[in-house]
Amino acid sequence: MAKPKYTIAVTGLNNTDNPGPGVPVIRGLREAETFDVRIVGLAYENLEPGIYMPNTTDKTYQIPYPSAGAEAFMKRIEYIHSREKLNCIIPNFDAELFTFMKNEKKLAQMGIKTFLPSIQQFEERHKANLPSFGEKYNIQVPKSIAVTNISDLSKINDKFDFPILVKGKFYDAYIVYNLEQLQYYFNKIASKWGVPVIVQQFIRGTEVNVVALGDGKGNTIGAVPMRKQYITDKGKAWGGITLSDEKMLEITHDLIKRTRWRGGMELEMIKTDDNKYFMIEINPRIPAWVYLANGAGQNLPEALVNLAMGIDVKPYKTYKTGIMFVRYSYDLIGDISQFEKLNINGEL
Amino acid sequence: MRVKKNIAISETGFIFNPATGDSFTLNPIGLEILSFIEKNKKYEEIANTILEKYDVDSITFEKNYYDFIQMLKNNHLLEIE
Repeated sequence: MAKPKYTIAVTGLNNTDNPGPGVPVIRGLREAETFDVRIVGLAYENLEPGIYMPNTTDKTYQIPYPSAGAEAFMKRIEYIHSREKLNCIIPNFDAELFTFMKNEKKLAQMGIKTFLPSIQQFEERHKANLPSFGEKYNIQVPKSIAVTNISDLSKINDKFDFPILVKGKFYDAYIVYNLEQLQYYFNKIASKWGVPVIVQQFIRGTEVNVVALGDGKGNTIGAVPMRKQYITDKGKAWGGITLSDEKMLEITHDLIKRTRWRGGMELEMIKTDDNKYFMIEINPRIPAWVYLANGAGQNLPEALVNLAMGIDVKPYKTYKTGIMFVRYSYDLIGDISQFEKLNINGEL
Repeated sequence: MRVKKNIAISETGFIFNPATGDSFTLNPIGLEILSFIEKNKKYEEIANTILEKYDVDSITFEKNYYDFIQMLKNNHLLEIE
Protein backbone atom coordinates (compact mmCIF):
# COMPACT_ATOMS: atom_id res chain seq x y z
CA MET A 1 0.00 0.00 0.00
CA ALA A 2 1.31 3.44 -0.90
CA LYS A 3 2.34 5.58 2.03
CA PRO A 4 0.50 8.87 2.51
CA LYS A 5 2.50 12.05 2.09
CA TYR A 6 1.95 14.73 4.71
CA THR A 7 2.99 18.35 4.68
CA ILE A 8 4.10 19.07 8.20
CA ALA A 9 5.08 22.44 9.62
CA VAL A 10 7.66 22.44 12.39
CA THR A 11 8.96 25.24 14.61
CA GLY A 12 12.10 25.25 16.77
CA LEU A 13 14.75 25.31 14.02
CA ASN A 14 17.23 26.99 16.35
CA ASN A 15 19.81 24.22 16.44
CA THR A 16 22.13 26.34 18.54
CA ASP A 17 23.79 25.82 21.93
CA ASN A 18 20.28 26.30 23.31
CA PRO A 19 18.69 23.94 20.83
CA GLY A 20 15.06 23.80 19.86
CA PRO A 21 13.50 20.43 19.10
CA GLY A 22 12.67 21.28 15.45
CA VAL A 23 15.63 19.67 13.71
CA PRO A 24 15.54 16.37 15.66
CA VAL A 25 11.76 16.23 15.18
CA ILE A 26 12.28 16.67 11.44
CA ARG A 27 14.92 13.91 11.42
CA GLY A 28 12.38 11.61 13.06
CA LEU A 29 9.70 12.56 10.54
CA ARG A 30 12.03 11.98 7.60
CA GLU A 31 12.77 8.50 8.96
CA ALA A 32 9.08 7.68 9.43
CA GLU A 33 8.10 4.30 8.02
CA THR A 34 4.38 4.96 7.84
CA PHE A 35 4.34 8.17 5.79
CA ASP A 36 6.42 10.44 3.58
CA VAL A 37 6.79 14.11 4.37
CA ARG A 38 7.23 17.56 2.98
CA ILE A 39 8.63 19.69 5.77
CA VAL A 40 7.74 23.34 6.13
CA GLY A 41 9.96 25.11 8.61
CA LEU A 42 8.52 27.95 10.66
CA ALA A 43 11.25 30.28 11.89
CA TYR A 44 11.17 33.25 14.22
CA GLU A 45 14.74 34.37 13.58
CA ASN A 46 16.50 34.56 10.22
CA LEU A 47 19.64 32.79 11.43
CA GLU A 48 18.05 29.67 12.89
CA PRO A 49 20.42 26.98 11.57
CA GLY A 50 17.61 24.57 10.64
CA ILE A 51 16.59 26.96 7.86
CA TYR A 52 19.89 26.40 6.08
CA MET A 53 20.71 22.81 7.02
CA PRO A 54 20.60 20.36 4.11
CA ASN A 55 17.79 17.76 4.02
CA THR A 56 15.98 19.50 6.83
CA THR A 57 13.17 21.76 5.64
CA ASP A 58 11.79 21.77 2.10
CA LYS A 59 10.65 25.36 2.54
CA THR A 60 10.87 27.79 5.43
CA TYR A 61 8.63 30.70 6.34
CA GLN A 62 9.28 33.37 8.89
CA ILE A 63 6.52 33.75 11.44
CA PRO A 64 5.89 36.55 13.95
CA TYR A 65 6.59 35.99 17.63
CA PRO A 66 3.50 35.10 19.65
CA SER A 67 4.05 38.40 21.46
CA ALA A 68 2.97 40.15 18.22
CA GLY A 69 -0.53 38.88 19.00
CA ALA A 70 -2.53 35.81 18.06
CA GLU A 71 -4.21 37.59 15.17
CA ALA A 72 -0.97 38.41 13.33
CA PHE A 73 0.30 34.93 14.12
CA MET A 74 -2.79 33.16 12.76
CA LYS A 75 -2.89 35.39 9.69
CA ARG A 76 0.61 34.27 8.85
CA ILE A 77 -0.30 30.61 9.40
CA GLU A 78 -3.34 31.09 7.13
CA TYR A 79 -1.09 32.51 4.43
CA ILE A 80 1.40 29.65 4.75
CA HIS A 81 -1.48 27.14 4.69
CA SER A 82 -2.86 28.72 1.52
CA ARG A 83 0.49 28.07 -0.13
CA GLU A 84 1.46 24.75 1.39
CA LYS A 85 -1.79 22.96 2.33
CA LEU A 86 -0.47 21.92 5.70
CA ASN A 87 -1.69 18.62 7.17
CA CYS A 88 -0.15 19.07 10.57
CA ILE A 89 1.83 21.52 12.71
CA ILE A 90 4.26 20.48 15.45
CA PRO A 91 5.03 23.48 17.65
CA ASN A 92 8.18 23.03 19.69
CA PHE A 93 8.49 26.08 21.92
CA ASP A 94 6.89 26.46 25.32
CA ALA A 95 6.28 30.14 24.63
CA GLU A 96 4.22 29.51 21.48
CA LEU A 97 2.23 26.54 22.72
CA PHE A 98 -0.49 28.60 24.31
CA THR A 99 -1.23 30.37 21.02
CA PHE A 100 -1.43 27.04 19.20
CA MET A 101 -3.63 25.49 21.89
CA LYS A 102 -5.96 28.49 21.88
CA ASN A 103 -6.31 28.23 18.12
CA GLU A 104 -6.46 24.44 17.93
CA LYS A 105 -10.09 24.42 16.73
CA LYS A 106 -9.47 27.15 14.21
CA LEU A 107 -6.49 25.24 12.84
CA ALA A 108 -8.59 22.06 12.71
CA GLN A 109 -11.29 23.90 10.75
CA MET A 110 -8.61 24.92 8.29
CA GLY A 111 -7.64 21.26 7.99
CA ILE A 112 -4.44 21.53 10.04
CA LYS A 113 -4.05 18.83 12.67
CA THR A 114 -2.14 19.27 15.91
CA PHE A 115 -1.61 16.97 18.87
CA LEU A 116 -1.25 19.18 21.89
CA PRO A 117 -2.00 19.02 25.59
CA SER A 118 -5.18 20.76 26.73
CA ILE A 119 -4.90 24.23 28.22
CA GLN A 120 -5.71 22.74 31.63
CA GLN A 121 -2.90 20.19 31.29
CA PHE A 122 -0.56 22.93 30.10
CA GLU A 123 -1.42 25.30 32.93
CA GLU A 124 -1.41 22.91 35.85
CA ARG A 125 2.10 21.58 35.16
CA HIS A 126 3.58 25.11 35.03
CA LYS A 127 6.71 25.49 37.16
CA ALA A 128 4.81 27.94 39.35
CA ASN A 129 2.11 25.30 39.98
CA LEU A 130 4.47 22.38 40.59
CA PRO A 131 3.69 21.96 44.33
CA SER A 132 -0.07 21.63 43.74
CA PHE A 133 0.59 19.43 40.70
CA GLY A 134 2.72 17.11 42.82
CA GLU A 135 0.02 16.94 45.46
CA LYS A 136 -2.77 16.31 42.96
CA TYR A 137 -0.96 13.52 41.12
CA ASN A 138 0.95 12.10 44.07
CA ILE A 139 4.39 12.94 42.74
CA GLN A 140 7.31 13.99 44.88
CA VAL A 141 8.39 17.53 43.96
CA PRO A 142 10.89 19.93 45.53
CA LYS A 143 9.49 22.74 47.63
CA SER A 144 9.05 25.81 45.46
CA ILE A 145 7.35 29.18 45.42
CA ALA A 146 6.48 31.59 42.65
CA VAL A 147 7.86 35.07 43.35
CA THR A 148 6.55 38.15 41.61
CA ASN A 149 8.18 40.87 43.67
CA ILE A 150 11.87 41.16 44.53
CA SER A 151 11.01 42.41 48.02
CA ASP A 152 9.55 38.96 48.79
CA LEU A 153 13.04 37.49 48.51
CA SER A 154 14.29 39.10 51.72
CA LYS A 155 12.31 36.58 53.79
CA ILE A 156 13.43 33.61 51.74
CA ASN A 157 15.67 32.34 54.55
CA ASP A 158 12.54 31.45 56.53
CA LYS A 159 11.47 29.02 53.84
CA PHE A 160 14.63 27.68 52.19
CA ASP A 161 18.23 26.85 52.96
CA PHE A 162 20.86 27.88 50.42
CA PRO A 163 21.75 26.77 47.83
CA ILE A 164 18.48 27.50 46.05
CA LEU A 165 17.46 27.13 42.43
CA VAL A 166 16.00 30.17 40.71
CA LYS A 167 14.14 29.58 37.46
CA GLY A 168 12.35 31.50 34.72
CA LYS A 169 8.77 30.52 33.97
CA PHE A 170 9.74 29.24 30.53
CA TYR A 171 13.53 28.88 30.48
CA ASP A 172 16.71 29.54 32.46
CA ALA A 173 17.74 28.16 35.84
CA TYR A 174 20.58 29.14 38.15
CA ILE A 175 21.88 27.81 41.45
CA VAL A 176 22.40 30.61 43.97
CA TYR A 177 24.28 30.46 47.23
CA ASN A 178 23.23 33.70 48.96
CA LEU A 179 20.60 36.41 48.92
CA GLU A 180 22.65 38.78 46.74
CA GLN A 181 22.99 36.17 44.01
CA LEU A 182 19.29 35.35 44.32
CA GLN A 183 18.31 38.99 43.83
CA TYR A 184 20.70 39.36 40.90
CA TYR A 185 19.31 36.32 39.07
CA PHE A 186 15.72 37.23 39.97
CA ASN A 187 16.20 40.51 38.10
CA LYS A 188 18.01 38.84 35.22
CA ILE A 189 15.30 36.22 34.74
CA ALA A 190 12.37 38.60 35.35
CA SER A 191 13.65 41.03 32.72
CA LYS A 192 13.95 38.22 30.16
CA TRP A 193 10.96 35.99 30.86
CA GLY A 194 8.78 38.11 33.11
CA VAL A 195 7.35 37.10 36.46
CA PRO A 196 6.70 34.92 38.34
CA VAL A 197 10.21 33.72 38.93
CA ILE A 198 10.36 30.32 40.58
CA VAL A 199 12.44 29.79 43.69
CA GLN A 200 12.96 26.10 44.31
CA GLN A 201 14.59 23.87 46.89
CA PHE A 202 17.85 22.45 45.56
CA ILE A 203 17.76 18.66 45.56
CA ARG A 204 21.16 17.00 45.47
CA GLY A 205 21.35 14.11 43.05
CA THR A 206 21.57 13.17 39.40
CA GLU A 207 19.31 14.81 36.85
CA VAL A 208 17.47 12.26 34.76
CA ASN A 209 14.92 12.92 32.04
CA VAL A 210 12.21 11.09 30.16
CA VAL A 211 10.82 11.90 26.72
CA ALA A 212 7.30 10.55 26.42
CA LEU A 213 4.18 10.69 24.32
CA GLY A 214 0.65 10.38 25.68
CA ASP A 215 -2.38 9.59 23.52
CA GLY A 216 -4.79 11.76 25.51
CA LYS A 217 -6.67 8.70 26.77
CA GLY A 218 -4.24 7.79 29.50
CA ASN A 219 -1.97 5.56 27.44
CA THR A 220 1.77 6.05 27.08
CA ILE A 221 2.66 5.58 23.43
CA GLY A 222 6.38 5.79 24.05
CA ALA A 223 8.83 6.71 26.79
CA VAL A 224 12.62 6.73 26.90
CA PRO A 225 14.65 7.71 29.99
CA MET A 226 18.00 9.43 29.61
CA ARG A 227 20.79 10.92 31.67
CA LYS A 228 22.67 13.95 30.47
CA GLN A 229 26.37 13.11 30.25
CA TYR A 230 27.63 16.47 29.12
CA ILE A 231 25.86 19.70 29.96
CA THR A 232 26.48 23.14 28.46
CA ASP A 233 26.80 26.22 30.61
CA LYS A 234 23.13 26.85 29.76
CA GLY A 235 22.28 23.51 31.34
CA LYS A 236 21.44 21.92 27.99
CA ALA A 237 22.32 18.34 27.18
CA TRP A 238 25.26 18.14 24.80
CA GLY A 239 25.54 14.40 25.32
CA GLY A 240 23.30 11.80 26.89
CA ILE A 241 22.65 8.10 27.27
CA THR A 242 19.48 6.01 27.51
CA LEU A 243 18.89 4.32 30.85
CA SER A 244 17.26 1.15 32.05
CA ASP A 245 15.19 2.56 34.89
CA GLU A 246 11.87 0.91 35.69
CA LYS A 247 10.99 3.46 38.34
CA MET A 248 11.26 6.37 35.90
CA LEU A 249 9.03 4.54 33.44
CA GLU A 250 6.55 3.74 36.18
CA ILE A 251 6.37 7.42 37.20
CA THR A 252 5.92 8.42 33.55
CA HIS A 253 3.18 5.86 32.81
CA ASP A 254 1.39 6.77 36.00
CA LEU A 255 1.54 10.50 35.30
CA ILE A 256 0.28 10.10 31.74
CA LYS A 257 -2.51 7.82 32.97
CA ARG A 258 -3.63 10.21 35.71
CA THR A 259 -3.38 13.39 33.63
CA ARG A 260 -4.53 11.73 30.38
CA TRP A 261 -1.67 13.65 28.84
CA ARG A 262 -2.05 14.45 25.15
CA GLY A 263 1.09 15.02 23.10
CA GLY A 264 4.81 15.03 23.69
CA MET A 265 6.36 15.75 27.05
CA GLU A 266 9.66 15.81 28.84
CA LEU A 267 9.87 14.94 32.51
CA GLU A 268 12.87 16.31 34.36
CA MET A 269 13.65 14.54 37.61
CA ILE A 270 16.38 14.43 40.21
CA LYS A 271 17.33 10.97 41.40
CA THR A 272 18.85 11.16 44.87
CA ASP A 273 21.53 8.84 46.23
CA ASP A 274 18.88 6.98 48.21
CA ASN A 275 16.92 6.35 45.00
CA LYS A 276 14.14 8.88 45.49
CA TYR A 277 12.83 10.73 42.46
CA PHE A 278 11.82 14.38 42.59
CA MET A 279 10.00 15.86 39.61
CA ILE A 280 11.55 19.25 38.95
CA GLU A 281 9.89 20.17 35.68
CA ILE A 282 7.37 18.94 33.13
CA ASN A 283 7.90 20.37 29.68
CA PRO A 284 4.72 20.16 27.60
CA ARG A 285 6.42 19.31 24.33
CA ILE A 286 9.00 17.09 22.72
CA PRO A 287 12.52 17.96 23.97
CA ALA A 288 15.52 18.77 21.78
CA TRP A 289 17.12 15.39 22.57
CA VAL A 290 14.17 13.43 21.11
CA TYR A 291 16.34 11.97 18.35
CA LEU A 292 18.01 9.83 21.00
CA ALA A 293 14.66 8.06 21.37
CA ASN A 294 14.74 7.38 17.61
CA GLY A 295 18.20 5.92 18.05
CA ALA A 296 16.87 3.74 20.87
CA GLY A 297 14.00 2.44 18.72
CA GLN A 298 11.09 4.80 19.39
CA ASN A 299 10.21 7.29 16.67
CA LEU A 300 8.04 9.57 18.79
CA PRO A 301 7.62 12.38 16.19
CA GLU A 302 6.24 9.78 13.76
CA ALA A 303 3.87 8.43 16.42
CA LEU A 304 2.76 11.97 17.30
CA VAL A 305 1.87 12.76 13.68
CA ASN A 306 -0.08 9.52 13.34
CA LEU A 307 -2.02 10.34 16.51
CA ALA A 308 -2.69 13.83 15.15
CA MET A 309 -3.99 12.28 11.91
CA GLY A 310 -6.40 10.13 13.94
CA ILE A 311 -4.55 6.88 13.27
CA ASP A 312 -4.36 4.26 16.00
CA VAL A 313 -0.79 3.93 17.21
CA LYS A 314 0.49 0.86 19.01
CA PRO A 315 2.52 1.82 22.09
CA TYR A 316 6.24 1.19 21.97
CA LYS A 317 7.07 -1.42 24.60
CA THR A 318 10.85 -1.51 24.43
CA TYR A 319 13.87 0.62 23.70
CA LYS A 320 17.62 0.03 23.70
CA THR A 321 19.64 1.10 26.72
CA GLY A 322 23.19 2.40 26.46
CA ILE A 323 22.37 4.40 23.32
CA MET A 324 24.23 7.70 23.34
CA PHE A 325 24.08 11.03 21.58
CA VAL A 326 26.71 13.72 21.34
CA ARG A 327 25.90 17.06 19.74
CA TYR A 328 28.37 18.93 17.61
CA SER A 329 28.71 22.34 16.07
CA TYR A 330 29.34 22.62 12.36
CA ASP A 331 29.87 25.60 10.12
CA LEU A 332 27.34 25.70 7.31
CA ILE A 333 28.39 27.78 4.35
CA GLY A 334 25.61 29.77 2.77
CA ASP A 335 25.21 32.59 0.31
CA ILE A 336 23.94 36.05 1.14
CA SER A 337 21.20 35.51 -1.45
CA GLN A 338 19.56 32.91 0.83
CA PHE A 339 19.59 35.37 3.68
CA GLU A 340 18.28 38.08 1.35
CA LYS A 341 15.34 35.91 0.21
CA LEU A 342 14.35 35.13 3.77
CA ASN A 343 14.63 38.76 4.84
CA ILE A 344 12.85 40.31 1.87
CA ASN A 345 10.21 37.64 1.17
CA GLY A 346 9.92 36.06 4.61
CA GLU A 347 10.38 32.65 3.04
CA LEU A 348 13.14 30.46 1.65
CA MET B 1 27.84 -9.37 48.00
CA ARG B 2 27.34 -9.66 44.29
CA VAL B 3 27.60 -7.60 41.12
CA LYS B 4 24.29 -5.83 40.48
CA LYS B 5 22.21 -7.37 37.74
CA ASN B 6 22.28 -5.65 34.36
CA ILE B 7 25.82 -4.35 34.93
CA ALA B 8 27.63 -4.94 31.65
CA ILE B 9 31.26 -6.02 32.06
CA SER B 10 33.29 -6.16 28.90
CA GLU B 11 36.44 -8.26 28.58
CA THR B 12 38.28 -5.02 27.81
CA GLY B 13 37.58 -3.81 31.37
CA PHE B 14 34.82 -1.41 30.35
CA ILE B 15 31.92 -1.42 32.82
CA PHE B 16 28.50 0.04 32.04
CA ASN B 17 25.68 0.53 34.52
CA PRO B 18 22.51 0.91 32.41
CA ALA B 19 20.48 2.10 35.40
CA THR B 20 22.61 5.18 35.97
CA GLY B 21 24.35 5.60 32.62
CA ASP B 22 27.72 5.55 34.38
CA SER B 23 30.67 3.82 32.78
CA PHE B 24 34.06 2.88 34.24
CA THR B 25 37.34 1.43 33.12
CA LEU B 26 39.10 -1.28 35.10
CA ASN B 27 42.73 -2.32 34.81
CA PRO B 28 43.36 -6.04 34.15
CA ILE B 29 43.69 -6.92 37.86
CA GLY B 30 40.53 -5.01 38.74
CA LEU B 31 38.72 -6.86 35.98
CA GLU B 32 40.08 -10.19 37.20
CA ILE B 33 38.88 -9.52 40.75
CA LEU B 34 35.48 -8.32 39.57
CA SER B 35 35.06 -11.46 37.49
CA PHE B 36 35.80 -13.53 40.64
CA ILE B 37 33.14 -11.58 42.53
CA GLU B 38 30.75 -12.14 39.64
CA LYS B 39 31.37 -15.87 40.01
CA ASN B 40 30.48 -15.60 43.73
CA LYS B 41 34.00 -16.49 44.88
CA LYS B 42 34.79 -15.77 48.55
CA TYR B 43 37.58 -13.45 49.67
CA GLU B 44 39.86 -16.35 50.67
CA GLU B 45 39.59 -17.96 47.26
CA ILE B 46 40.26 -14.67 45.48
CA ALA B 47 43.18 -13.83 47.77
CA ASN B 48 44.78 -17.26 47.27
CA THR B 49 44.57 -16.97 43.50
CA ILE B 50 45.96 -13.44 43.38
CA LEU B 51 48.74 -14.10 45.93
CA GLU B 52 49.81 -17.14 43.99
CA LYS B 53 49.73 -15.43 40.63
CA TYR B 54 51.17 -11.97 41.44
CA ASP B 55 54.05 -10.57 43.45
CA VAL B 56 52.04 -9.10 46.33
CA ASP B 57 51.93 -9.77 50.07
CA SER B 58 48.67 -10.65 51.80
CA ILE B 59 48.43 -7.41 53.85
CA THR B 60 48.84 -5.16 50.81
CA PHE B 61 46.36 -7.26 48.85
CA GLU B 62 43.78 -7.24 51.65
CA LYS B 63 43.97 -3.44 51.98
CA ASN B 64 43.73 -2.89 48.23
CA TYR B 65 40.97 -5.48 47.87
CA TYR B 66 38.70 -3.81 50.42
CA ASP B 67 39.47 -0.35 48.99
CA PHE B 68 38.42 -1.69 45.61
CA ILE B 69 35.22 -3.23 47.02
CA GLN B 70 34.35 0.08 48.66
CA MET B 71 34.91 1.85 45.38
CA LEU B 72 32.58 -0.58 43.61
CA LYS B 73 29.93 -0.05 46.30
CA ASN B 74 30.28 3.74 46.14
CA ASN B 75 29.67 3.55 42.44
CA HIS B 76 26.56 1.39 42.87
CA LEU B 77 28.03 -1.63 41.14
CA LEU B 78 27.65 -4.10 44.01
CA GLU B 79 24.72 -5.13 46.11
CA ILE B 80 24.74 -6.85 49.45
CA GLU B 81 22.82 -10.13 49.54
